[in-house]
Amino acid sequence: MKRIVPVLVVVACIFALWYAGSFLMNRAWVMDQAARAGTEPGFSEVLRDTMNQDRAKLPAPHQVAAELYDGILDKKVTSKRSLVYHGFITFQATMAGFALGIVAGVALAVAIVLSRVADRTLMPWAIISQTIPVVALAPMIVVLTNAMGAGSLMVPKAIIAGYLSFFPVLVSMVAGLRSPDRMQLDLLRTYGASPRQVFWKLRMPASLPYFFASLKIAVAASLVGAIVGELPTGAIAGLGARMLIGSQFGNPMIMWSALFAAAILAAGLIWIVGGIEKLANRMMGGQRA
Amino acid sequence: MTEPVISASDLSLTFQTGDGPVHALKDVSLDIAKGDFVSFIGPSGCGKTTFLRCMADLEHPTAGTITVNGVTPEAARKARAYGYVFQAAGLYPWRTIGGNIRLPLEIMGYDKADQSARVKRVLELVDLAGFEKKYPWQLSGGMQQRASIARALAFDADILLMDEPFGALDEIVRDHLNEQLLALWAKTEKTIAFVTHSIPEAVYLSTKIVVMSPRPGRITDVIDSPLPRERPLEIRDTPEFLEIAHRVREGLKAGHSYD
Repeated sequence: MKRIVPVLVVVACIFALWYAGSFLMNRAWVMDQAARAGTEPGFSEVLRDTMNQDRAKLPAPHQVAAELYDGILDKKVTSKRSLVYHGFITFQATMAGFALGIVAGVALAVAIVLSRVADRTLMPWAIISQTIPVVALAPMIVVLTNAMGAGSLMVPKAIIAGYLSFFPVLVSMVAGLRSPDRMQLDLLRTYGASPRQVFWKLRMPASLPYFFASLKIAVAASLVGAIVGELPTGAIAGLGARMLIGSQFGNPMIMWSALFAAAILAAGLIWIVGGIEKLANRMMGGQRA
Repeated sequence: MTEPVISASDLSLTFQTGDGPVHALKDVSLDIAKGDFVSFIGPSGCGKTTFLRCMADLEHPTAGTITVNGVTPEAARKARAYGYVFQAAGLYPWRTIGGNIRLPLEIMGYDKADQSARVKRVLELVDLAGFEKKYPWQLSGGMQQRASIARALAFDADILLMDEPFGALDEIVRDHLNEQLLALWAKTEKTIAFVTHSIPEAVYLSTKIVVMSPRPGRITDVIDSPLPRERPLEIRDTPEFLEIAHRVREGLKAGHSYD
């Protein structure tokens, strides 16, 4: 209960601000309409009319909620207007990219920790890769994968998602694999352990908490990557495509509902990854606060 | 007289640092016989830990010779001649106590049945029977250090090298562990090299006390203890004990007069 109250207070504040914003931003249109009709609306009429516009500049929360409900629960999931349909497409690309990011991140981290040469050569490139705006890269990746015969947008989207999600995994895994201190390494040396044994018995298990901590960031980055991959690439399905359509057709409701669908998806993914992290923690002896 | 287990002659180790060379050890010569309990005592920087690490092939002397079981420290390390106990227990948090003790056995390739038998035996030896399935965080600091001693004993090395193993523990726990360590030593007949900075600990435990001093790290006195091998804690109030302690203290003082 104590933890819920502050959360509710914040949510209430956001709603209050949002409603206030809706009123202020949508009022101009109401006043316009009234001026044309030659009427002088009272405050309550203005308030009512700002809250229920079809093409509001800033739709009110209850409108977005209704649109979300409609998009998620009222439409058949196979419908092109269902948010579940679009969400699933984005989800697939996110998961593929997430898997790609994990594999690439872990593989690079292992190479960097085991080889001095890799450390010197790969790490700077990994950092540079994250400074290039992904929006600029996305169309190029689409063109290239198409030229190589990918056939669908799933492959480039997964690559873009992986491109964003490998980095947090890489950075955490390098830190994790290097976390054993001098004493622990000396101990294994006194046992005459081989480098392979040092890696599997000490470095790998020591890095796991770092790995799981990085997954939460990586999955969120992967979702962002998948959505960004849908924006400038002419995609017609996926939450990113939905947002673009909403903006092109001047229908903010579509944008807002797609945005919230993406937020719900992100929350779900992070919740699941957090659960996996807890489970892994318990299996590894638990109780490390 | 049999061959010494550890024999160092004119051992020197110089670290090159930005501020010029540091003489961690200078012309150190010492023989440790089988079954000895040797303590190294001295202020920090006197090279006692460095000396121990040279025995363990964790540091490489720049001059002089050292043999362990008649061979080089490297050969001795590869033959698993010694168990090393560090200042911190250093148990893996993701392994149970049993799993931690099994670690060296896994690395050295003991078969599963033998591993289990050994884990059980050494846990009894350090009085931790029944804690095999517990995780390190569930044990007190003293118990963790006992588990780390069990880990060093698991593979039957004849030599035990201990680097201030009880340094981080409080006095009461330390007394108790000292008593247990003596019992363990009597039971297993190991040769023990033990680094400490506590005078009572050194005198209580050792058959031989090596007093060292810093800059450069060297041996200033070697005291063969006349105390019997059987030592109740009360022995620390006897005149013999206090006399040795006094001599250690004098040795430490003499070392300091050089700065």
